[in-house]
Amino acid sequence: MSAIAEELPEQPDFLWHNPSPKKSYDVVIIGGGGHGLATAYYLAKNHGITNIAILERGWLAGGNMARNTTIIRSNYLWDESAAIYEYSMKLWEGLQEELDYDFLFSQRGVMNLAHTLQEVRDSQRRVFANQLNGIDASWIEPDEIKELCPPLNTSDDIRYPIMGATWQPRGGIAKHDHVAWAFARACDRMGVDIIQGCEVTGIVKDAGRVTGVETTQGRINAGSVGMAAAGRSSLLAEMAGFRLPIQSHPLQALVSELHEPVHPTVVMSNHVHVYVSQAHKGELVMGAGVDSYNGYGNRGSFHIIEEQMAAAVELFPIFARAHVLRTWGGIVDVTLDASPIVSRTPFDNLYVNCGWGTGGFKGLPAAGYTFAHTIATGEAHPLNAPYSLDRFTTGALIDEHGAAAVAH
Amino acid sequence: MLLIDCPYCGPRNENEFTYGGQAHVPYPEDPYDLTDEAWGQYLFYRDNQQGEYAERWAHAAGCRRWFNAIRDTRTYKFLAVYPMGAGRPELAGGTR
Ligand SMILES: Cc1cc2nc3c(=O)[nH]c(=O)nc-3n(C[C@H](O)[C@H](O)[C@H](O)COP(=O)(O)OP(=O)(O)OC[C@H]3O[C@@H](n4cnc5c(N)ncnc54)[C@H](O)[C@@H]3O)c2cc1C
Ligand SMILES: [Zn+2]
Repeated sequence: MSAIAEELPEQPDFLWHNPSPKKSYDVVIIGGGGHGLATAYYLAKNHGITNIAILERGWLAGGNMARNTTIIRSNYLWDESAAIYEYSMKLWEGLQEELDYDFLFSQRGVMNLAHTLQEVRDSQRRVFANQLNGIDASWIEPDEIKELCPPLNTSDDIRYPIMGATWQPRGGIAKHDHVAWAFARACDRMGVDIIQGCEVTGIVKDAGRVTGVETTQGRINAGSVGMAAAGRSSLLAEMAGFRLPIQSHPLQALVSELHEPVHPTVVMSNHVHVYVSQAHKGELVMGAGVDSYNGYGNRGSFHIIEEQMAAAVELFPIFARAHVLRTWGGIVDVTLDASPIVSRTPFDNLYVNCGWGTGGFKGLPAAGYTFAHTIATGEAHPLNAPYSLDRFTTGALIDEHGAAAVAH
Repeated sequence: MLLIDCPYCGPRNENEFTYGGQAHVPYPEDPYDLTDEAWGQYLFYRDNQQGEYAERWAHAAGCRRWFNAIRDTRTYKFLAVYPMGAGRPELAGGTR
């Protein structure tokens, strides 16, 4: 062995095994993203169900889980949203310790800027609603904005001057891939089989009940099946024989090269449409809205990237010299009310968690928690009861479109 | 950026267009006749397949006219454009 090789640190142990699928499981979870992992974790931890397989068509967390911009906040307008996202925030606050894994959860604060009078009114309304729901939210004005985030251009010498912002100090970011690994290790230790490279190609049914799934690694029988396939949820529902009110869209993001830490918070602007944070290593991380068209291509159109960079440079003039290092796209599952679905389905033992769209990273602990409850008991938890498929028949929508500033 | 062939103006940049989602979803003939379930389907449910998708576009920053297109949602490639009101065309070569 050469001297250099001896100096290199030991390769870390693998955090999970790569078992072959067994013939049968109590619960099969489709999708090895953050939501599938969190669901398996809470099924094992809260409900004592450990004979679980997570089936992932690609590699663990290779979907939206490792493509998102990692923004975590709970300052949503409606009571139903505030309840589930704030519960998620509280889970986030304990997860590093609980999973014994440092995934750099950083509560550096999230600012949602307002640039028009209408936005000022909507934002203040949201702050008041948040306060009534016990969520840390306040309305801040340009002086305070400048103090909290010095590189922001708070002057009037800008096309859309910043008129104020909502501020949630407990909001922030976390390292998404490490979050997935933390859950994967915990699941693996409790006996969950994480099976990568295993695509579900069919749902096996017998008289209104689901008995298993067909996969690229053969048939796997299941007591219950939970779908957590994000952008590909409609395809799975079609295999099972029902429809979801979901449209799949590309959503892109980008990073710059590494820079000295200059940007201390998370800044989001709905009006000029960009959100920006600076990752721990120093990259500027940016994103904006979805590409308008339906798509499964894991890529989008370049003008979307150009527009969000233009918006970022307008807000942060010092970023004008930064370079785009990398852009990418994920496929997000958008509902018409921009709220998720954590629900039973027309089949007794088939459950669906989807529709988190552009904002499901922050929600993954609560999604896993409530989806596990629903799978284990067959009933909704109070937090996800409003998020059933029924709402598209009853009309009891949870319309967070626009209400919660940028959707991420 | 997609290059979209407006049937009235010819090929133009995507950012001149507005997307209108799934094509050929007619307004219910008698809305009063619908169950809540069927009304929900009409309002909130659209196809979302991988592959050939019949959809609507408007040339918002051009002639401002709506038209239909068939596009592959995996490659984003346009396979046909055709006027509103026309039936979905059979694609040559029977692509699938
Ligand atoms: C660019 C971008 C930025 C975002 N920014 C934010 C943000 O800042 N904050 C935030 O809260 N959210 C954000 N999101 C949204 C968030 O990433 C998603 O809502 C969330 O990751 C979805 O849950 P998931 O992690 O389980 O999804 P995924 O990681 O996509 O997991 C679904 C998994 O299912 C697998 N799968 C699909 N079909 C099958 C099948 N047939 N068989 C087996 N496996 C299958 C997929 O391969 C995939 O790994 C962003 C998303 C994107 C794309
Ligand atoms: Zn035209």
